[in-house]
Amino acid sequence: MYRFVLRRLFSGVLLLFVITTVAYLLLYAGGGDIARRIVGPTASDAQVALKASQLGLDRPLVVQYWDWLTNALTGDLGRSWFNGQLVSAGVSSRLSVTISLVLGAVLIAAVISVVIGVWAAVRRGWVDRVVQFVGVLGFAIPGFLIALGLVSLFALNLKWFKATGYVPMTTSFGGWAATVTLPIIALSIGCIAAVVQQVRGSLIDALRQDYVRTLRARGLSFNRVVYKHVLRNAGGPALAVLAVQFIGLLGGAVIVEQIFALPGLGQITVAATGQGDIPVVMGVVVATAAIVVAVNLIIDLAQGWLNPKVRLS
Amino acid sequence: MTETLLDVKDVVVEYPLKGFRREPFKALKGVSLDIRPGETVGLVGESGSGKTTLGRAVLGLAPVTGGSIKYRGEEISKASRAKRKELSHEIQVVFQDPYTSLNPSMTIEQILTEPLTVRKVERQTANKRVADLLDQVRLPQGAAHRLPREFSGGQRQRVAIARALALDPKLIVCDEPVSALDLSTQARVMELFIEIQERTGVAYLFVSHDLAVVRHLSHRVAVMYHGEIVEWGDGEQVTGAPEHPYTQRLFMAAPIPDPDRQAKHRADRIRLLELQNQQDLQAGAA
Amino acid sequence: MIETPLALPVTAAKVSLFRRLLTHPTGAASLLVLFLVALASALAPILATHDPNTANLQDVLAKAGSEHVLGADSAGRDVFSRLLFAGQFSLAGALVALAVALVLGVTAGLIAGYYGGWFDAVSSWLTGLMMALPGMVVLLAARAVVGPSMWLSMMIFGVMLSPAFFRLVYASVTAVRNELYVDAARVSGLSDFRIIGRHILTVVRAPVIIQSAMVLGIAIAIQAGLEFLGLGDLNIPTWGSMLNDGFINIFKSPTLVLWPALIIGLVCIALTLLANAMRDELERSRGPVKKSRKAAATAAIADAAGAAEKRGAAAVVHPDEPGADKSELLLEVTDLGVGYDQPDGSTTHVVNHVNLTVRRGEVHGLVGESGSGKTQTAFSILRLLPQGGRITGGSIFFEGKDLAHLSEKDMTKVRGKRIAYIPQEPMSNLDGAFTIGSQLMEPMRVCLGISKTEARKRALALLAKVGIPNPERTFNAYPHQISGGMAQRVLIAGAVSCEPDLLIADEPTTALDVTVQAEVLNLLRELQDELNMGVILVTHNFGVVADLCDRVSVMQSGRVVETGPVRAIFNGARHPYTRQLLDAILEDTAPRGQYNPAGTTAEPQELKGVAS
Repeated sequence: MYRFVLRRLFSGVLLLFVITTVAYLLLYAGGGDIARRIVGPTASDAQVALKASQLGLDRPLVVQYWDWLTNALTGDLGRSWFNGQLVSAGVSSRLSVTISLVLGAVLIAAVISVVIGVWAAVRRGWVDRVVQFVGVLGFAIPGFLIALGLVSLFALNLKWFKATGYVPMTTSFGGWAATVTLPIIALSIGCIAAVVQQVRGSLIDALRQDYVRTLRARGLSFNRVVYKHVLRNAGGPALAVLAVQFIGLLGGAVIVEQIFALPGLGQITVAATGQGDIPVVMGVVVATAAIVVAVNLIIDLAQGWLNPKVRLS
Repeated sequence: MTETLLDVKDVVVEYPLKGFRREPFKALKGVSLDIRPGETVGLVGESGSGKTTLGRAVLGLAPVTGGSIKYRGEEISKASRAKRKELSHEIQVVFQDPYTSLNPSMTIEQILTEPLTVRKVERQTANKRVADLLDQVRLPQGAAHRLPREFSGGQRQRVAIARALALDPKLIVCDEPVSALDLSTQARVMELFIEIQERTGVAYLFVSHDLAVVRHLSHRVAVMYHGEIVEWGDGEQVTGAPEHPYTQRLFMAAPIPDPDRQAKHRADRIRLLELQNQQDLQAGAA
Repeated sequence: MIETPLALPVTAAKVSLFRRLLTHPTGAASLLVLFLVALASALAPILATHDPNTANLQDVLAKAGSEHVLGADSAGRDVFSRLLFAGQFSLAGALVALAVALVLGVTAGLIAGYYGGWFDAVSSWLTGLMMALPGMVVLLAARAVVGPSMWLSMMIFGVMLSPAFFRLVYASVTAVRNELYVDAARVSGLSDFRIIGRHILTVVRAPVIIQSAMVLGIAIAIQAGLEFLGLGDLNIPTWGSMLNDGFINIFKSPTLVLWPALIIGLVCIALTLLANAMRDELERSRGPVKKSRKAAATAAIADAAGAAEKRGAAAVVHPDEPGADKSELLLEVTDLGVGYDQPDGSTTHVVNHVNLTVRRGEVHGLVGESGSGKTQTAFSILRLLPQGGRITGGSIFFEGKDLAHLSEKDMTKVRGKRIAYIPQEPMSNLDGAFTIGSQLMEPMRVCLGISKTEARKRALALLAKVGIPNPERTFNAYPHQISGGMAQRVLIAGAVSCEPDLLIADEPTTALDVTVQAEVLNLLRELQDELNMGVILVTHNFGVVADLCDRVSVMQSGRVVETGPVRAIFNGARHPYTRQLLDAILEDTAPRGQYNPAGTTAEPQELKGVAS
């Protein structure tokens, strides 16, 4: 078990390293004349050269990268080229908003999906058909369209929620809940649709397994077999889909934050992207990759718990 | 004397195992046998004995890491793709599972002409050949345009046999070809095998776990155990009066379909096991 | 990034998929919507009333009317015309992404799946890398470097989407690569190129088309999202940039956001529904294949049963031998019928009018070929028929209760404690997620209501009893850590753990090697003797029947054709089918004989009574 955890941990760190390295090289090598963009087209060549040397851009790329990496390991991700703010501070202050949105959506999706998935797989018939059809629709409609719909219906027309803005959880839980409810719903619908399909599918597969009959023949009730054995066996594929969804939601959150004007990672990403503020973009990539690695690690451990073959081989 | 068709000498097959510096898995540990034209050699053993691997090694589907496999005196264990293509006229195969050995999306005609396309046979000749092959395995001509799923297990196995016969081979490796079939279907397919052999003079390497099947079909029999041949010789001799302790155990284990004789057989088996245990103990003490 | 369906059906379609889609309601509707949107976009220069990029300050946010059919946007551009032209760019952009993803993913998947080796390792690792980051974040980062080019963004997104195809093709190819028919093609000397073209492309084609529809929808959505953030190319009209404009002005002109949202939603839904419709159709054409063995057998049974009914054939019943043991009747099955409900409302009968008795301490063999209904009969006694199956008639009396009409709750109490079951396949009948020990203890604790320590003690004792050399180790092992023979012993231990009165063994030794079979048969005999159980032994092997059974019933096409004491069946079978089965037994036939090099071997050993 320890070896399993260590191995997963090692491959996670490796993944983080590779992603950030590739991202750094692509971002800094592909950016063209960065200094020129920062000082503006009217600046003289001397001003451009000065800016470049101020930012260290005149050094070889590998040297710049080594510099960045050693600083990054101490938690220093550099400063924004445009407003001089610390990247680490900018990213971490917004991380909590994005994480609370995505985590909220995933947790809600997990619970709802299991309930609906079990219902559809066990009952079959019309229940199953309705769940499948609604699921397809939920999967098909892009999350930001749902968000737009929710904003115009509940916030602009019915005025049940505030359309935009954010209240930190520490200030007021009620205020926080009111501002994140619609975004979380918008994010979770597609996620629920995808996970329900997987839960339903793998449950139906698991229900067909021979051991279900054998366990029932030993005197265990159908419900007991479903909740203790079948669900656990169907859990692996469902968790894998949940992990994929989590990663997808990190992307979806960018747009949803924009619609609800939430001060999350998406906000600085969009701003930095528009300006070409590479250090900030790099900071966002590092943060996202770290979240992804952490999520994958958690999911891997859960898989190992569910399936002894994974952890013992 | 008669020439030898296939000569297998000290063949070793190893599969690399995943993991750093792991010893490869030895599926065959130096196996030798030979097949003469028109002969059936039965290869009997339990799961994991290596009998299927030997068949696959002859077909070029298993990695031979030692020894030699000679077909008409020519080394084929490391034959190139082009050489294999030539050999497809000489050596063919019938697999165990009639449900997965035929591509479900191809018609019977397409399946039977597949080996012919390698030869670049003309379409008309190919069609005639298909009709002829269906005749040989006693399937109706209408079968040509149907999909495998429309046939029963026994019929599918006939299609597989027809495919093997398409290029007039001299040797067919049969890998448990009747194991998945019902008893009466099994008997009919076996009769077909014998009849084809009588007519065409094809030789079989017949792999099976079923002693009765092997006994019924084979002129000579090899018994495999843990990647080695433990007994090899005349079919009647090996299946009638086996000498190797494992072969004896194997033959005593198969139940006889008669209640009274089986009761005696069962008692004999228990006596044999005790005797062998004692011998083992004595060998250990000595 | 996106989920990839791994186990898609293999098509065996004879009628073209396209034509079948036209008859599928949502499939046809989706196709129509997509066709109209594509057509309208293609004909934009003809249909449009205005130039899409001409701003007119007088018309800023104009309401829908005669001048502007759908109104005008914040720059006074005609919304209707922009929608049409935007379609060209949005669809083309999505197609670019799809093309890149297809080419990369399918090629890499084919090569990696078929050849494996280092290419497999590298591409699988790259795939994992690409799927580790959200596509949106990558696109935004790329945008920071390359600027607002839609085409470039879509190409990058195409690369990001390629794992969807890679994984799909890879999974199909690795599954097919080891199929026996591919081996047969290799033996026939087909080149790799031909094998891939003939056997592998046909398998991946349909799933790839389905996946393409899904990917196209995702590409349209992501592209719209990117433009919606205001990070797109401002010089070309797209649905996403219209959405952006509409959202900024949502208070001033609420309908502005509606049109692009509607069309994006419509196209995405149509693509997803189309993918689902295609999957439906493929599964339907594949339906009969998937369960072909069962279905074919079932159909054959239904026909044969009908014929038998007309003949009015009654089962041959042999009288009991004089002096036979007349112990208490444990189970009495009378006139049992089992049927499966079909989608069209009819019922296919797989077991008809079966009568069966088991006395305490008696082993009753149920013999027949595949599809004879012997396993269905066994399952119906346990009331554990597969989905769709039900008892259609007759009674199953066990200890004075009719199991055919018992409530599910009462039946649960009977199972395990009174009637136990030994399955055919040892490995698939153990739950791989739990240790052997916990699977043995759980039913004992439920059925006997004993404590955990007591259950543990009993489980260890049982494992020792069924001949497992190291009970403690097996107790703590997971199913995949033990051999098939051991697993079957564990299942037998589980079956007898609550000391049942009746044991139903469904081909308990079929999956085992002969030497293991002999040991398991011995074990069954000992346990049956010790616990004085009645046993129903389902088998097709007459050797097993001869070894264990006291009585035999021969089944054919869902009916019992002959029944009687074991010796009467072996020595005096009267029904032609029973005789045919007995004649097909090879054990007593002479060996093949000597090899005769002249080519004319001795006359082949004829099998008695087998019609070719």
